[in-house]
Amino acid sequence: MTSGSVIFLVLVLGVAVLGFLAARWGRRDLRSLDEWALGGRRFGTIVTWFLLGGDLYTAYTFIAVPAFAFGSGAIAFFAVPYTTIAYPLAFLVMARFWTAAKARGYVTTADFVHDRFKSRPLELAVALTGVVATMPYIALQLIGVQVVLERSGIAPTHGSAVTMLVVAFALLAAYTFTSGLRAPAMIAFVKDTLIYITVIAAIIIIPKSLGGWAHIFSAAQSALAAKAKPGSTMLTPPLYFAYSSLALGSALALFIYPHSITSVLSARSADVIRRNCALLPLYSILLTLIALLGYCALAAHIHVSDPNFAIPDLFTRFFPNWFAGVAFAAIVIGALVPAAIMAIGAANLFASNILQTFQTRLERPAVETRTARIIALLVLAGGLAIALTIKPLYAIEFQLLGGSWIVQIFPAVILGLYTVWFHRHALLAGWAAGLATATWMAQSTKFATTIFPLHAGITLPGYIAFYALLVNLAVAAVATPLLRLAKNELGAARVG
Amino acid sequence: MKRRLCYWLLLIPFAATLVPPLYARSSPALFGFPFFYWYQIAWIVLAAAIVWIVYAATRERERD
Repeated sequence: MTSGSVIFLVLVLGVAVLGFLAARWGRRDLRSLDEWALGGRRFGTIVTWFLLGGDLYTAYTFIAVPAFAFGSGAIAFFAVPYTTIAYPLAFLVMARFWTAAKARGYVTTADFVHDRFKSRPLELAVALTGVVATMPYIALQLIGVQVVLERSGIAPTHGSAVTMLVVAFALLAAYTFTSGLRAPAMIAFVKDTLIYITVIAAIIIIPKSLGGWAHIFSAAQSALAAKAKPGSTMLTPPLYFAYSSLALGSALALFIYPHSITSVLSARSADVIRRNCALLPLYSILLTLIALLGYCALAAHIHVSDPNFAIPDLFTRFFPNWFAGVAFAAIVIGALVPAAIMAIGAANLFASNILQTFQTRLERPAVETRTARIIALLVLAGGLAIALTIKPLYAIEFQLLGGSWIVQIFPAVILGLYTVWFHRHALLAGWAAGLATATWMAQSTKFATTIFPLHAGITLPGYIAFYALLVNLAVAAVATPLLRLAKNELGAARVG
Repeated sequence: MKRRLCYWLLLIPFAATLVPPLYARSSPALFGFPFFYWYQIAWIVLAAAIVWIVYAATRERERD
């Protein structure tokens, strides 16, 4: 066994131990859902910074985005404006959501929707969307783990990589079950530290050996142009709208995912959220640098059968063996932290809003933690099943498809924070129309890409989430006055 | 009233980063980075600064 493999195993097993020990953090009663799922809503600015950073920057950042840059070029960098504008947006809406949730005891977005619109079907719609959209995102994390195990030499064969993935997954499931949100909150400190060390080292060592950034960009350009499906390091006009809509659609989706909500609600105050919206962008700089490592892999003439292998192979080539072990542990832990929070977030929705309703929970509180724990295991198993069965060209498509679904709850959850103008049935109709549009557009490309070529005189390729959200909003906006009119006429007829 | 206006500042990062024709070009380069790349990295920092300014300007009002 190499020194890198030893370091890797020590780090990964070490954080698993930390995950179990986290149950003792603060010594509270973990049978309460507020404690198990939200850490008691007590986290300050620093814990929240690590937790949200560990939660939002996932295998998506470490594997999927650089793989996309490696395979397609400039279009992958939509992730930069995406993670830039997400924060001014969250500054406004998430602080407001936190305040509403604290006042009324919400644990999920569906709690809010039930309380605001008094609609059980809408609560179910929001909860189901959250659970379903989270599964492919978990699958993306597990693919990140598998890719590392397979390419790092830690698992000698594809078969043993799958076995090790299942073991890592079982540990993840066990400490999530035991400690709830405290486990990823504690592990996030280790994860983020390792990630910063890895990326800083990569950015110092790799460009120097490749002859500097100017050379990396021109070498990446030649490599992209020579591909079977040529790419470029410069965004071309036909892709402008795809770029913007990917960024905007992803930003609108980011904070309404169950795992984001879970981390946001675990903060001590709305001010903790606001402050973090100015501090978290440090991770976006990290994301950009990691995406640029995709170009470094091109410049280093790394040839791989699967673009997801680009980053692991780059690390193997340029890092000494022991440090590659640190880097691989960083990626794997970086995938396991968000996977745990995603499972908790989806389990909250399932236990609180599908099996019960917000209303009945208020009457009979604190009974659902047992259920939530078991459902967290099922959600993780669902993600594992997707990861082992579906294989898109780019792993990023998992996240983009999940985003196309989750963004359909935006009108009810986020616009609902500001206005009750929308009729609840109109919101439901909009949600259904948006979901149907997104799914239809995705299957029309055979789930190969989430950029849909809309034909309207000219062909305008854009992110499915964006188009489907427009359909959603249009239906909700048209149906609202119609439903009011129908009700008034019905009322008038009764009076007459 | 003046402080409420502050929130409009949050729109600036959207305008600056969601319109690729503004920045999808190679020059001027900086430290070997084409304009497209360093412009967007710069906006991560600028957007964070804007959020902090709005936070600082509106903090008091929220406490009242």
